[in-house]
Amino acid sequence: MKPEVFEPKIVAFCCHYCAYSSADLAGSMRIQYPPNVRIIRTPCTGRLETEYFMKAFEKGADGVLVAGCLEGGCHFVEGNLCAKRRVNYTKDMLEEIGMEKERLRMVNISAAMARPLADAIIDMVETVRKLGPSPIRQKGSLKQENRL
Amino acid sequence: MIVAQRKSIPDLLEIIKNHKKILVLGCGTCVTVCLAGGQREVGIIASALRMAAKLKDLPLEVEELTIERQCDNVFIEQAAEAIERNDAVLSFGCGAGVQAVAERYTSKPVYAGLDTAFIGILEERGVWTEKCAACGACVLHQYGGICPVTRCAKHMLNGPCSSSREDRCEVDPKRQCAWQLIYKRLKEIGQLDRLKETKPPKNRRLGQDGGYRTIIREDHRI
Ligand code: SF4
Ligand code: SF4
Repeated sequence: MKPEVFEPKIVAFCCHYCAYSSADLAGSMRIQYPPNVRIIRTPCTGRLETEYFMKAFEKGADGVLVAGCLEGGCHFVEGNLCAKRRVNYTKDMLEEIGMEKERLRMVNISAAMARPLADAIIDMVETVRKLGPSPIRQKGSLKQENRL
Repeated sequence: MIVAQRKSIPDLLEIIKNHKKILVLGCGTCVTVCLAGGQREVGIIASALRMAAKLKDLPLEVEELTIERQCDNVFIEQAAEAIERNDAVLSFGCGAGVQAVAERYTSKPVYAGLDTAFIGILEERGVWTEKCAACGACVLHQYGGICPVTRCAKHMLNGPCSSSREDRCEVDPKRQCAWQLIYKRLKEIGQLDRLKETKPPKNRRLGQDGGYRTIIREDHRI
């Protein structure tokens, strides 16, 4: 019997104007990408804050991919640059926690870049596959927190 | 406002290491504005602590709560039940807030999650700068509204020190020379003659010398 291959669960935050459109285009062009990603559409990656990434990891995501417009090509001018700084901040925090910072990645994709988006997803899935399952998920689901 | 920044996750874990249930308590005032200890930061830190503890196989439950102001009894009261059901409090208020909570709930350990740094302002997005050292006898009127006590590296009241380069401080070229700013500002408002007066040394006893300070307003006491 073949050993079971680890299939990572990856949350992909895609901005509406570029990355999400390129995912649509990939569909129209019948370009395949691995089903490991769960795409969440955001109006702009600038909408994303550190807590979004942290919550994704806390709930057990093996990896988080942030896909925004090309630098200089953001529909909201510089939302993707804000996102880049927040991704970097969160990576540092992941290291402080003791998680591999490679589990979080930002890529820049224009609406016409269906193939590069698929490649970015494939690459992310392979990176996380090599890292193995999220240590958070491996240790069982977290107790529901009391938020007041 | 009071400006602070968070301690690192390993430091925080070390601080709370003997406890299994902690309340991460945020403050909705100064430290919210300086993005260190408000509701959002409390959420992020709580997530980080839960994950870090999990990775180290430490049993840790983290509850989150943010009250309007930790340095005010009226608001501290609102945390009573949450404090009661936890083993300890990790406060994300400034140093004053942490102590106010600790004085109110004497049976629970209350720890500081932030390093309180200074009284300052938001200079530009993501940059805070110290503006006041709370010296107890403000002299801003003599210096065109620029504080030499805080902003001159040598705290000179009769400056400049003669080593400034262009408009930069000799101690750190990344900083502006406070005295250059004072000169420019006094010139602008037509008060350069203020610099002709020699200022006597400041009464340091009004500052931090000799223990904590108290202000009493008899007209407001009951
Ligand atoms: S003179 Fe004293 S009170 Fe006034 S701004 Fe400077 S440190 Fe603060
Ligand atoms: S260069 Fe200016 S700010 Fe720096 S120590 Fe001298 S007078 Fe003060």
